[in-house]
Amino acid sequence: MSFLRLPSAPWPQTKKTPDKTGRSNMARFLAPEAFSAATETLSLLPFNLKRTGTNQYLVANLVGDFVRLTEDELNRLIDLQIQPGDGLYEKAYSAHLITGTNQNAQRQLLALRLRSRMSFLRQVTPLHIFVVTLRCEHSCPYCQVSRQSTDRSRFDMSEETAMRSLDIAFASPSSRIKIEFQGGEPLLNFPLIRTIVSEAKERSVSLGKKVDFVIASNLALLDDVVLEFCKLNDVLLSTSLDGPADLHNKNRPRPGGNSHELATRGIRRAKEVLGPDRVGALMTTTEASLDRVDDIIDEYLQMDLDGIFLRPLSPFGFAVKTKQYQKYDAKKWLAFYERGLRRILEINRQGRPFREFYAALILTRMLSDRPIGYVDLRSPAGTGLGALVYNYDGNVFASDEGRMLAETGDNAFKLGHVGQDSYQSLILSDKLIGAISSSLTQCAPECSTCVYESHCGADPVYHHATQGDALGIKPLSAFCARQKGIMGLLLDILENSPGDAAVLRRWAAP
Amino acid sequence: MTLPLYGTASLSAGFRSDKARSVIRLRAVESRAEGHAADFAVARTPNEILRAMDADWSSIFVVSDDSINVPGTFNGRLIAVPQKYTYLADGDVLGFDHSSRKFRTLFRRNSAHNSFLVTERCNNYCLMCSQPPKDVDDRWILREIKEALPLIDPATGALTFTGGETLSDWEDFIAVLKECRDRLPATAIQVLTNGRAFANSEIVDAWKDIRHPKLMAAIPVYAAVDHLHDHVVQAKGAFDETILGILKLKDRGQRVEIRVVLHALTAPIVEDTGQWIARNLPFVDHVALMGLENTGFAIANDAMLWMDPMDYADGLARAVDHLSAAGVNVSIYNLPKCVLPKSVWPHAVQSISDWKNDFVDECNRCDEKSTCSGFFTTGRPRFSRGVRAITSSRHELTPAV
Repeated sequence: MSFLRLPSAPWPQTKKTPDKTGRSNMARFLAPEAFSAATETLSLLPFNLKRTGTNQYLVANLVGDFVRLTEDELNRLIDLQIQPGDGLYEKAYSAHLITGTNQNAQRQLLALRLRSRMSFLRQVTPLHIFVVTLRCEHSCPYCQVSRQSTDRSRFDMSEETAMRSLDIAFASPSSRIKIEFQGGEPLLNFPLIRTIVSEAKERSVSLGKKVDFVIASNLALLDDVVLEFCKLNDVLLSTSLDGPADLHNKNRPRPGGNSHELATRGIRRAKEVLGPDRVGALMTTTEASLDRVDDIIDEYLQMDLDGIFLRPLSPFGFAVKTKQYQKYDAKKWLAFYERGLRRILEINRQGRPFREFYAALILTRMLSDRPIGYVDLRSPAGTGLGALVYNYDGNVFASDEGRMLAETGDNAFKLGHVGQDSYQSLILSDKLIGAISSSLTQCAPECSTCVYESHCGADPVYHHATQGDALGIKPLSAFCARQKGIMGLLLDILENSPGDAAVLRRWAAP
Repeated sequence: MTLPLYGTASLSAGFRSDKARSVIRLRAVESRAEGHAADFAVARTPNEILRAMDADWSSIFVVSDDSINVPGTFNGRLIAVPQKYTYLADGDVLGFDHSSRKFRTLFRRNSAHNSFLVTERCNNYCLMCSQPPKDVDDRWILREIKEALPLIDPATGALTFTGGETLSDWEDFIAVLKECRDRLPATAIQVLTNGRAFANSEIVDAWKDIRHPKLMAAIPVYAAVDHLHDHVVQAKGAFDETILGILKLKDRGQRVEIRVVLHALTAPIVEDTGQWIARNLPFVDHVALMGLENTGFAIANDAMLWMDPMDYADGLARAVDHLSAAGVNVSIYNLPKCVLPKSVWPHAVQSISDWKNDFVDECNRCDEKSTCSGFFTTGRPRFSRGVRAITSSRHELTPAV
């Protein structure tokens, strides 16, 4: 028997309770208007905007939260012709576009969030790329750097260079560093990888700095010895998979024409031996890929990978020399990307979780304040501050693309040499400071007023390569066009397709 | 039904007149626990009274409606209360006023829902306050809590301090929390506060220095917009202070829960509020979205505040989604499962304190009763039109609108 009783239908209205004095209780309470700020005590907070239609604006606050305003709303906001209860006040206040002049919380929240977003800067130079050889048995036309050669003495890193590079890597202030082996095909110099890993692990213990390892390999030379080594030392594998066999083999020729077969076999073996999350694949888009995005994604699904990184072709090294880069522009690439993203969302709708990793990175920027140090999505730029590249010959570059430029004779991002330089002298070199300080999106023309600025990044190497200037003229930049295009697309899905938006939000979840 | 936590003793004897109030603890007659001057043997029958005397108890607490017959040889302290307080048992702690014989149950060892009222004073005047504030000098309450703390079982899982605004006398109250740190380090201590005091760095630094390992400040935020929150709490400038207070607590690594009470002013915007918390305060430790307890000011303001949960359930579910997606730990309090979309059932918890919690007859047919919040018994309970037993045969049915 319950003490409570459900009233029988119809549900009764509650009677008003008069207070003992007989006057209404309500008199003791104040009406909403009593808590409204007077207009003259309001202040605007910083925001960027972009016209998106005849009467429509997209507005982003200091940390990149978006709201849509009509032209009339925007004008009223800027003139502070708004008041509590009119709808616009509530929209603007909750989006941190306005504050009471004497209030503290709005500004403190923005400051805190900005600090969080920028805190990737606390991990200085977490990535160290070791080019252990430039030799490769593939001859990909889009490759920026590799050599088909058997001359070990000319294109392999020496042990002495490797040890000096480790000195520099361990001198970086980051509490955790990642050492990535690249090439050429790094497995062609596997003995040096063994030496570096063993030495780095010893230093990790003595210096109290955590270290992770990645080998970026085409997996053609992957055997049980390498797999056993990776397992023993917790080494991640990262490989290239451009799509189905015909496309992949066309993009990535090697003697025997069996690159695809070897890569997919390698991925399967690595998943078996190392675990499903210990091998990742990256694709590169070529002109031949542009109308094949569904096939490419299907290939990744077949390989049971949990997502794909739809990457544009970079304008570096041989890619420029062989005119690969000019074969398609940002618009074509964006169409490719959008088709791919929508296909991936469809796959998710059908119940299979599968991600597009670049979207996931941007969404993390757009929907959270977690610091993302990803190189295309940060300002100050990630060149040098995010990664250093130790080339086979001891030259040190500010980024992987920087050493590719050097292969075609441009030494703009060559910071020094392991023989003469220290971590300090490399990171404080005029070249690096110049490239980073001249490319800050926070104060660059076009960038500083861009509605997407909070989520974007500086790419001085790209703009140097394409425009001969680390800052670059953004309306001419395909980087800029791609970033804006992808962010606009993601925003559109977030706002207009609730089902897909839920998927995108999951990608950004912590 | 509602457990009576206040009352008047039918009889008392043996109390010194130089002290107005005592805090006492009940013990089973045969208790072997270490004794304390505040301990009373609890006896329910004449036979138990005799056994207590045989065991040399000098303080006896009788729970009975019968006339009490204590042998003349007994010259210790005696309290007798009516049978309706039969829930009182070994380990429970009471405050007792000598001259009026009034008592309050301060702590029930068998309950998971013990809370101490710290003061009735408050600098907010919330439209739905379940404990309407009074501007009186009630500092004796804190002194009584100080006296009670040593009597509380250190194995107690959780303890809540509520008000009024608990930080009204912040120095004295923080001293009490330090006492909790020393005596009850394993107990989860939850402090309900409007958080405004933490806008003052001196207070938030003192809070940080408490260093109780399981201390949490539970702070209400009713909207993402200043005047909407200020109207609900009837205090201009409260939103700014409360948010600043939360930021300062988290800046010092303190645990914070945000509480959103749902009624006609807050529920229609709960999705916005949830999304705003997810975006701006995702680092808080917990968010509780809470059904209204229809008592105190909530009754007086019923016409302004009542909203059937069925009419805000979808927005509530979306708020839960936003918070979950941001990695925020979120719960729904005080709302029965039958008025909630099934998608948020995993977040709906049994939050209503045992002494004021019950179900309706309809619930006896319900498959989910054992994991459901049920209802408040306090004040004037209000029921959603969606209250229906959930049975296997009903799953396909859409709730009546």
